[in-house]
Amino acid sequence: MTALALTTAEEAVAHVTSGDTVMVGGFGLVGAPLALIDALVEHSDATDLTIVSNNIGEPGRGLGKLLRQGRIRRGISSYFTSNPEAVDAVNAGEMEATLLPQGTFAEAIRAGGAGVGGFFTPVGAGTLLAEGKEERVLEGVTHVLEMPLHADVALVYAARADRLGNLWYRHTARNFNPLMATAARVTVAEAGEVLEVGELEPEAIHTPHLYVDVLVERP
Amino acid sequence: MRDDPRLRIAARAARELHPGEVVNLGIGIPNLIPRFLEDDSGIFVHTENGLLGVGPPPDGDELDEDLIDAAKRPITALPGAAYFDSAQSFAMIRGGHVDTAVLGALQVGERGDIANWAVPGKDVLGVGGAMDLVVGARRVIVTMTATSSSGEPKIVDRCSFPLTAAAAVDTVVTELCVFQRRNGSLCLTELLDGATVDDVAAVTTARFAVDDAVTLRA
Repeated sequence: MTALALTTAEEAVAHVTSGDTVMVGGFGLVGAPLALIDALVEHSDATDLTIVSNNIGEPGRGLGKLLRQGRIRRGISSYFTSNPEAVDAVNAGEMEATLLPQGTFAEAIRAGGAGVGGFFTPVGAGTLLAEGKEERVLEGVTHVLEMPLHADVALVYAARADRLGNLWYRHTARNFNPLMATAARVTVAEAGEVLEVGELEPEAIHTPHLYVDVLVERP
Repeated sequence: MRDDPRLRIAARAARELHPGEVVNLGIGIPNLIPRFLEDDSGIFVHTENGLLGVGPPPDGDELDEDLIDAAKRPITALPGAAYFDSAQSFAMIRGGHVDTAVLGALQVGERGDIANWAVPGKDVLGVGGAMDLVVGARRVIVTMTATSSSGEPKIVDRCSFPLTAAAAVDTVVTELCVFQRRNGSLCLTELLDGATVDDVAAVTTARFAVDDAVTLRA
């Protein structure tokens, strides 16, 4: 049993390098790893990033700061619209956008973490979002083949962690965080509070520690 | 309330919901529905960002920054509420465990097609959970005014806006009437607030049947 060394947000974001795909948790700003995002904005030069996040922050907040720096080459999201600057960036050709239905987005991340090579869903069949995707009729219903999502680095937020990296999320701040924690080569967790090993009830752990590589306490 | 068609639509839609149902309420008119439900309605509100058991908006001292609905508004959680991650939330939706989704729409087609996420020529960059909900919920109720702000019919023969899903709508409630989809086509089942069949026909390009109960009452 090896406890993770607590690192600073600045040290943690050194795991992100140019050209990486980075998953960022949160629904809007709720459950977003804001200290890690700020560190990425202030202390990292990594650029040409693909960001996998339900939203690209809000104007000047969260991932919206990274967007203003022009460091996001591509966004994979279900709702760019919550940041009008993200919409402007797409329309100006400054950022590529891949739009997925929110449930497909979540399941693609889950599949990525679970070693599933793709899945068929009826959601999106016959719409703009199915264009270019393989379709198959299963039990009489048209399904769309969706591919898993993987990342180089996942940045997640949990209200509580223990020193092994077990994570516990609070209320609706859970959202995409536990999924993303499973789907990246390196998972960096920002925790509101870091407890000693054994202080989290085993039944209450949402993300078991084997998924977590780097642990940062929110300042 | 009589003056605000949005409230009249919400009040009528509330009567479509039944005790014990799990219901997901979209942004806009659907979010007005809870004010027309009894405290002991037995209806469980699901929000796709990860909560079953949405309660009323918080008082000042109940405000919790970790507790929002899918419209990113502060909410409360009722006793018995459960939190879950987004994959499980959409498994509930896609898997048919959410009884009813109530959503707004830009257009509904006469075969039950729905367009509610994008306007042609404008940005098509935000879909959220709309497609998952209309495909996955066991019953889809659309609440909307009969015409757009520019007076165009919203119940149409064929949707011109990008589809959210084909043949997905079960019920449409407008300020004028209620339509149910029967055998794949729209049937006018109820007139509201003194509207006539002619009033309904004047603001739609869709073909629709008229239920006997409406004909007999007219």
